[in-house]
Amino acid sequence: MRNNERKKAVFLFLGAVLFLTAVTAAGIFCRQEALVTDFSRRNLAPCPEYWFGTDWMGRDMLARTLAGLSMSIRIGLFTAGISACIALVLGVTAAVMGKMADRVISFLIDTIMGIPHLLLLILVSYALGKGFRGVAVGVALTHWPSLTRVIRGEVLQLKNSEFYQISRKLGWGRGRAALRHMLPHILPQFMVGLILLFPHAILHESSITFLGFGLSSQQPAIGVILSESMRYLITGQWWLALFPGLMLVVTVLLFDAAGNSLRKLLDPASAHE
Amino acid sequence: MVFITKKAVRMAALLVMVSLVTFALISASPIDPLQANAGQALGSMSQEQREKLESYWGVGEPPARRYVNWAKDVLQGDMGTSLLYRQPVTEVIGTKLFNSLFLLVISWIVSGILGVVLGIAAAVFRERWPDRLIRGYALLTASTPAFWLALLLLLVFSVWLKLFPVGLSVPIGVEAAQVTFADRLRHAFLPALTLSITGISSIALHTREKMIDCLESDYVLFARARGEGTWEVVRRHGLRNILIPAVTLQFASVSEIIGGSVVVEQVFSYPGLGQAAVTAGTGSDVPLLMGITMITALVVFAGNFLADIFYGLIDPRIRRGGAAIEE
Amino acid sequence: MSCQDKFHILEIRDLSITFRQYSRFMKREELPVIAKLNVTVHEGEIVAVVGASGSGKSLLAHGIMGLLPSNARMEGELLFMEEPLTLERVRKIRGKEIAFVPQGVTYLDPLMKVGAQVRERRSGPEGRARQEALFSAYGLPAETAEKYPFECSGGMSRRILLSTALMENPRLIVADEPTPGMDLEQAKKAMEDFRRFADEGNGVLLITHDVPMALSVADRIAVFYAGTTVEEAPAGDFADESLLRHPYTRALWRAMPQNGFQTIPGTQPYVKNMPEGCVFGPRCPEFTEACRGEIPLRTIRCGTVRCIRC
Repeated sequence: MRNNERKKAVFLFLGAVLFLTAVTAAGIFCRQEALVTDFSRRNLAPCPEYWFGTDWMGRDMLARTLAGLSMSIRIGLFTAGISACIALVLGVTAAVMGKMADRVISFLIDTIMGIPHLLLLILVSYALGKGFRGVAVGVALTHWPSLTRVIRGEVLQLKNSEFYQISRKLGWGRGRAALRHMLPHILPQFMVGLILLFPHAILHESSITFLGFGLSSQQPAIGVILSESMRYLITGQWWLALFPGLMLVVTVLLFDAAGNSLRKLLDPASAHE
Repeated sequence: MVFITKKAVRMAALLVMVSLVTFALISASPIDPLQANAGQALGSMSQEQREKLESYWGVGEPPARRYVNWAKDVLQGDMGTSLLYRQPVTEVIGTKLFNSLFLLVISWIVSGILGVVLGIAAAVFRERWPDRLIRGYALLTASTPAFWLALLLLLVFSVWLKLFPVGLSVPIGVEAAQVTFADRLRHAFLPALTLSITGISSIALHTREKMIDCLESDYVLFARARGEGTWEVVRRHGLRNILIPAVTLQFASVSEIIGGSVVVEQVFSYPGLGQAAVTAGTGSDVPLLMGITMITALVVFAGNFLADIFYGLIDPRIRRGGAAIEE
Repeated sequence: MSCQDKFHILEIRDLSITFRQYSRFMKREELPVIAKLNVTVHEGEIVAVVGASGSGKSLLAHGIMGLLPSNARMEGELLFMEEPLTLERVRKIRGKEIAFVPQGVTYLDPLMKVGAQVRERRSGPEGRARQEALFSAYGLPAETAEKYPFECSGGMSRRILLSTALMENPRLIVADEPTPGMDLEQAKKAMEDFRRFADEGNGVLLITHDVPMALSVADRIAVFYAGTTVEEAPAGDFADESLLRHPYTRALWRAMPQNGFQTIPGTQPYVKNMPEGCVFGPRCPEFTEACRGEIPLRTIRCGTVRCIRC
């Protein structure tokens, strides 16, 4: 039975990665298509030719959705990667470099957590003069606190382990001992943490874009699409909001599934859940 | 109590830190708020108000000097004048916060109670269909952006079923006092529903874990050995052991629910603090943005502070002077 | 079987408890923690199950109480008051006709005052009176009832747990290591109480690693080794080594302080690599090839033994 579960996890992981890659690639190919306006096909409800319908300018919503998702996924990958690296550095530093460093980092985490995430994103976006850069940097710079805590806890455990203590006694520096002995143990945790950051990054990116910060209205970002769809809800164009949002949810769910199945594969003990 | 004083000092230090970070971010912006709002806003302000804004946000003085100017006034209860609303920031925040609190408190309580109930149910029916259903729900809502859920609810309840007004709830310019309570409730319903639906996820999963730990504990084994049935165990031991972590988490999650309210208020045009934050951000109303950040940080830290106090008051291991429990 | 034909309060026949476990990479394994275990508690008797710490004795108690985790499977026959003790039945009578005394403070709810925990359902004045009487009998100050478990010492916790057993009127008490942490005086008092309780026509199953304590109070001793009872003998047989049946029991006897403190080499086999046939085989001085085969349960002089060599 459990063997099946292992297979299921592998299958889920590969399936999720495959789907997300496909969406990302398709989105890049759809970029031009997403911008084509054709007033002869305005406001079409979903039909065999246009699965997701068309909008008030006759743009194909499927193409726009794919292009938007693709951009969201790429921004998500980029920002989650940066946040995860920050988390790795800060987490290890907090655990290894003594009490003072730990205190400072913990204070920093509490400060960041004290400002509601979206508000912080608005602030960073404003600081960078709004626009695409503001969103990307904002999302990249604000997602590290929770993973930092996880890594810190993990490292603290390892720090008390024998091999670390021995290498310290052999006169290794803190940094060298940490690099040689801890990194290999933390790496799996880090990978899982990184993948599980994607959903947050994507959700926040789309939210801040939805609020009108960042990506301009010409760009087919999911947040922009949904923000525009709001104006057409009353006139009955429900598909403008439904399908792009649904695709966003599916994307987030798949990232989540990928992260969790990877965790199950790397750490069978926790898979008893 | 030493414990409370220590926490209060830390909270104050964090607030100062937040103000520094926020001020730094705003100062770093290439946008000059006074220039951006030169036309409509500044014209109608008094000379004194303008000078004050100049001393906070003007380009002439060094940032450190401007921060001190701002901080001095804040300590005297003056946060400056909003560029967009042309009123003192404290007044704007006052009305907006009042509107938001109504929304936040309702969804905070609803999501808290439902989350605990669902978490307990999931733990009791572990690995059976109610558990799977609840976990599926939690996963789905955690993956759903609040603004999209808000759009869906708007679509279903307002556009299709026509049960609630679409968009603009209270016409801009109408004083809060003129709105009846029933009106208020009607307008708050969908936003509160959205926030409640998305807020349940984390508390439910957390409660589930704690409840599973509890059900697998030695003391529950012994309680069963003494003849207690499952629901009796939940009532006598489960609730007691779940409630402290659950309430603590709920206090600590104030930040998330405020974050959610920013987008939700935007979708429903609910005239609260979140919407004001978005307006302030897009309109470069720097004094207001700064003020809102400080107030929300204060609310968040107050939530954490209350969580700590609550823990100390309720848990006999701390209240009766046992060893302090590490987080 | 023993020589008495008194009423059987508890009878356990060929009890096996198997755990299903998943090792790395989710391979499934069956761990036989208890196998072919036999114990009988008669009316008026204290029977001690003795064995080394950490050998799975607690699971026996949990099995009787119907409290094994869901990944455990129990086989064999359990009889209480000479009627099958099904899971359904034990759920109805546990806490009432069968009382369980667990090991330590972790079995008390950390957030509930101990008095309320001892009284359980009897929250009325009559329950309070009974709890107060029990506390004073065990030398617990009256204010203990208002304390939380973390405020009680190990010895206090054990006495609190003991007093829970007599809040109702059980016919059988299953006690899992009730004495460690108590001083000698308290332990003696606890054992006297068990004696009196048994003498009133009830039964006690005492699970312990403390052989001298078991001998001082029990009527019969069941020797637990590697998940099974290798011998069940009247306590009196321990007066002389030659009266004992199983080589392990004799080794246990020689390991007692007054008998020379001799220990035998080796350790108990781990559940994952049980020897074929006799579980004691690898350490047995009288081991022969025949010990690798099936070992039947034999009755010798009012006691039972699983050994083909005696």
